[in-house]
Amino acid sequence: MSLDTVKHAAETPDAEQPWKELGLKEDEYARIREILGRRPTGAELAMYSVMWSEHCSYKSSKVHLKQFGEKVPANDAMLVGIGENAGVVDVGQGYAVTFKVESHNHPSYIEPYQGAATGIGGIVRDILAMGARPVAVVDPLRFGAADHPDTKRVLPGVVAGIGGYGNCLGLPNIGGEVVFDACYQGNPLVNAGCIGVMKHEDIHLAQASGPGNKVILYGARTGGDGIGGVSVLASETFESTGPAKRPAVQVGDPFQEKLLIECTLEIFREKLVAGIQDLGGAGLSCATSELASAGSGGMRVELDTVPLRDSSLSPEEILMSESQERMCAIVEPRHVDRFLEICEKWDVIATVIGEVTDGSQLEIFWHGEQIVDVPPRSVAHDGPVYQRPYARPSWQDALQADDAGKLARPANAAELREQVLKLVASPNQASKAWITDQYDRFVQGNTVLAMPEDAGMVRIDAESNLGVALATDGNGRYAKLDPYTGAQLALAESYRNVAASGAKPLAISDCLNFGSPEDPDVMWQFAEATRGLADGCLELGTPVTGGNVSLYNQTGETAIHPTPVVAVLGVIDDVNRRTPVAFAEEGQLLYLLGDTAEEFGGSAWSEVVHQHLGGLPPKVDLAREKLLAEILISGSRDGMIDAAHDLSDGGLVQAVTESCLRGGNGARLVVPDGLDAFTFLFSESAGRAVVAVPRSEELRFTDMCGARGLPVTRIGVVDGEEIEVQGEFSIPLSELRTAHEATIPALLA
Amino acid sequence: MTTRIGVVTFPGTLDDQDALRAVRIAGAEPVSLWHRDKDLHQVDAVVLAGGFSYGDYLRAGAISRFSPVMETLIEQAKAGMPVLGICNGFQILTEAHLLPGAMLRNNHLHFICRDQTLRVENAETAWTSDYSAGQEIRVPLKNMDGRYTADERTLDELEAEGRVAFRYLDGNPNGSLRDIAGITNAAGNIVGLMPHPEHAVEPLIGTGRTDGLGFFTSIIKKLVNA
Repeated sequence: MSLDTVKHAAETPDAEQPWKELGLKEDEYARIREILGRRPTGAELAMYSVMWSEHCSYKSSKVHLKQFGEKVPANDAMLVGIGENAGVVDVGQGYAVTFKVESHNHPSYIEPYQGAATGIGGIVRDILAMGARPVAVVDPLRFGAADHPDTKRVLPGVVAGIGGYGNCLGLPNIGGEVVFDACYQGNPLVNAGCIGVMKHEDIHLAQASGPGNKVILYGARTGGDGIGGVSVLASETFESTGPAKRPAVQVGDPFQEKLLIECTLEIFREKLVAGIQDLGGAGLSCATSELASAGSGGMRVELDTVPLRDSSLSPEEILMSESQERMCAIVEPRHVDRFLEICEKWDVIATVIGEVTDGSQLEIFWHGEQIVDVPPRSVAHDGPVYQRPYARPSWQDALQADDAGKLARPANAAELREQVLKLVASPNQASKAWITDQYDRFVQGNTVLAMPEDAGMVRIDAESNLGVALATDGNGRYAKLDPYTGAQLALAESYRNVAASGAKPLAISDCLNFGSPEDPDVMWQFAEATRGLADGCLELGTPVTGGNVSLYNQTGETAIHPTPVVAVLGVIDDVNRRTPVAFAEEGQLLYLLGDTAEEFGGSAWSEVVHQHLGGLPPKVDLAREKLLAEILISGSRDGMIDAAHDLSDGGLVQAVTESCLRGGNGARLVVPDGLDAFTFLFSESAGRAVVAVPRSEELRFTDMCGARGLPVTRIGVVDGEEIEVQGEFSIPLSELRTAHEATIPALLA
Repeated sequence: MTTRIGVVTFPGTLDDQDALRAVRIAGAEPVSLWHRDKDLHQVDAVVLAGGFSYGDYLRAGAISRFSPVMETLIEQAKAGMPVLGICNGFQILTEAHLLPGAMLRNNHLHFICRDQTLRVENAETAWTSDYSAGQEIRVPLKNMDGRYTADERTLDELEAEGRVAFRYLDGNPNGSLRDIAGITNAAGNIVGLMPHPEHAVEPLIGTGRTDGLGFFTSIIKKLVNA
C-alpha cells in the first residue's frame, strides 16, 4: 500500500476510509473533513479517532464536568487546576503536591496483570510530567463476587500486577480499597492514584512554545502494543501494512519506568525542559497534539526518527501505539546535548523527533513526505461534545421504596453476636492484608501511615516533618440508591478519613466509574453524581484538581453500580501528630462523635445478612463533616486523642473491631441511652468517628466538643482481650481475628 | 575523621535513599556510589541496598554483579572491607560468590511485605556487634525472591561455623531453608540478609521501631575502633 500523504488525500477525496471501524461516528468524520477542507490522511484519521474517543475527549461527560470548574470553592491552595496532566496544590513551606486517580478498568479485565501494572505506570508518568517526584501510590479496586471463580482469575492477577510494577518502581503503596460486588463481575474497577511532591518553582506544564525548540521523545522504543487501547480498533484496518492483530493491552516494563523517573528528575533539577508530557492513552497522537495545542501551535515531527521495537510498524500505528514508559519533552536547542547526556547516563533512549515551529499547524512527515497537516487544537481540545439524553430510571423509585428498615433484625443477643462475626468476616469487611502485604509500603523510608489505616500518610520533609495524607473512598451501593447523595458520601468519607489521620483536607481528585453514556439511566446517574460531587466540594471547600472518567463499564445491557471514587488529599504540619486507628493502650476512653440514626439502606449489614440493596443511603450533612474534621484535627494537634477511626460501611462495630485488632487490645462498650444495641453497632450514619482519648485529656476533649457543638458520647474503654457490649455479648479478640483475617486467604490464596 | 559509608545505586536500586538516610542517622557520612564508577571514593564500608537492579532480569542480582563498581567492591571485600547486602544487595552478594547459596522465588509465589521478627544468631560480625546473640528484633521484610537455598553441606557448614547471622521467628515468610534470614562470610566483614534494617531506624516511619539501627551503629563502632 502506498503512503497516504496529505497531497494524495487532497487528490483522492472519495477514497474509502475506515472511520467506522476506528470508532468514529458519521458526523464526526464529516466534521474532520470540514476542519481540514479535504479528507483526512490515514495518519490524520488515526489521530482524530483516538483523540476524539470517549477516553481522551470526555465527549459525553464534558458538559457535566464543567461544574467542577464553575462551582469552585474559595481555596488559595490550588496552583494548577483541571486540564493539565494533574492538578497541583500548595501544601506550605514552598512545597506543592500533585495527585490524581485514573482508571484502567477494561485492560485489567482482559489481561489482569498487565492491565493493572500499566495503570500504575500511566498515573505515575502523569505525576512525573508535572515536575514532581512521585512519592506514593494507592489503589481503589473493585471486583465481582468474592466467591465467583472468575474473581480468582482477575484479582490475583491485578494485585500481582500492581505489586509487580509498583514495587519495582520504588513507590510505597499506602492505601486504597478492595470491594466485592456481583455488579463488577464482568467489569472490575482498577483505579490507581499517585501523589507527587515538588517545590513551587519546579511545576512543569505540558506545552510546546518557542519556535526552534526541539521535541525529544525519550524512554522505551515504540512497539505495536496497545494500539487503539483508547478507541475501538478494528484489527483489519492496518493489516495490509503491519504485523497481524495484536493485543490492545499495553505491556509494562517497570524497570524502564524507574530509569525514566530518575532520568526525568535529574533533567528537571537542571531545568532543561520548556514543556513536558507523558505518553499514555493515544500515545504520540496525544502528546504531540496536546503539547502543540497548549503552546504556540506549530510543531513539525519526523515520524520515521521514532525508535521502534518493530520496524514494520506503519506511521498510523506509530501514532496510535500506547507503548509504555515514554515521555515527550520540549527542549531549547542549547540544552539538548545535556538532556541527551543525562538520558545516556540512565540508559534511556532519547531522540530528537522534531521541533516547535512558528506556524499554527501540527505537521508530521514520514521519510520526507507529509502525512499530517492539522490544527493541533482541533485534535486535542476541540473534540466533539455530546449532550447525551438522561432521565431518572423508571426503577429508581421502587428501589428507594424498598426500605432496609423493614429487614428482620437480630432477635436476641446471641443473634446479634452471630451477625457481628458474620459482618467482620464478610469479604468486604474482612482484613485485606493478604492483598496489601503484596505491596511494598516501606520503600523511600517516609511512610507514616499505610493500610489498614484510615488514610495513607507520607512525610515530605524530614527536617520540618511536613506530611501529606491521601484517602480514597467510594460506595457503589449508596450511589445506586441515590447517585447525588452517594457521590457526596464518597467525598464525605474520604474527607473524614483524612481528618481522622490528623491531616487537614485540601483538595480532591476523582475517578468516575459508570456504565454506558448511551443509556439515559446511566447518564442520569452520572449527571446526579457529578452534581452531588461539585456541590459537596463547594460546601467543604475542597476543589476538584482533576480526575478521570471511565464509561462503558458494563456487561451487555447491565451497568455497574455508579461508582464515583473520591480521593482527598490532606496536609499535616508535623507527622509526629498523626492519629493511627489502633487502640494501643488499655485504659483509653472511647468516645463516639456525631449522631447515630437508624440508617441501613445500602449498609454492609443489609448486604451481609439479607443480601439486600434498597431504600435510601445515609443522610449527608457536610457542615457536620466539617465540624467533625475540625475536632479530629484539633484533637490530633493538641494531643487529645490517641486513636481515631472513621465510621462508614459496617458501622461502629466494624471500626471498633479493626482498631482493637490493630492495637491488640479489647474494648468494653456500653450502648448509649436512646439507642438500641443493633442500631448502635450497625448503623451507617455519616459524619461519625470513634476516638480513643487518654484519661488525662478527657475533660479537655469533651469540653472542646461541647463548646463547638459536636455531639460526643462516651461509649466505653479499651480493656481486656475481648470486645464486650455490656448486657449483650462478648467476643474474644482471637475469635474476631480469625473471623476477620481468614476470609480473604481462604477465598484467594 | 568521620566514617564514610557508601551506598551503591544500580539501575533499578530502590532503597538507596533509605540506606543513605540510615547511615546518616547512625552518625556516619553517607556516600552515593554509582554502578558505572569503579572508584569507591575512599569509603570505609559499603551497603548494597534493596530494589530490583536491572529489573531482576535473568535472575535477581545476576547482572549487577558484573557492574564496574562490583569489580572493585569484590576485590576490596575479599581484602576485608565491610559490606552489607540488604535484600537485592544480598542477592548480588550471592551472585558475586561473596556469600554462599542463592535466593529462589518465595514458596507461596507472592511478593510479601510485612513486619518480621528475627533472631540475631551471630552478634560478632562487623554489622551486628551492637546486638546480642539471641536478641529478637523486628524489621520490615519485602521481597519476591527471598527463599534462601544452599546445598546441605553448605548449610551444615554455615551452622557449624556460626555463619547463620539471622533467623526468621514467628513464621518463615518465604520457605528459606532452616529459617535463614541472613548469613555472614567466615571473616565476618560481609553480611547479607533479606529483611530491611534500613527501614527501621526512626520511630515514626515504617514499623514504628528502630531495631534496624544496630546494623549501622555496629559498623561505625567497628570502623572507629579499628
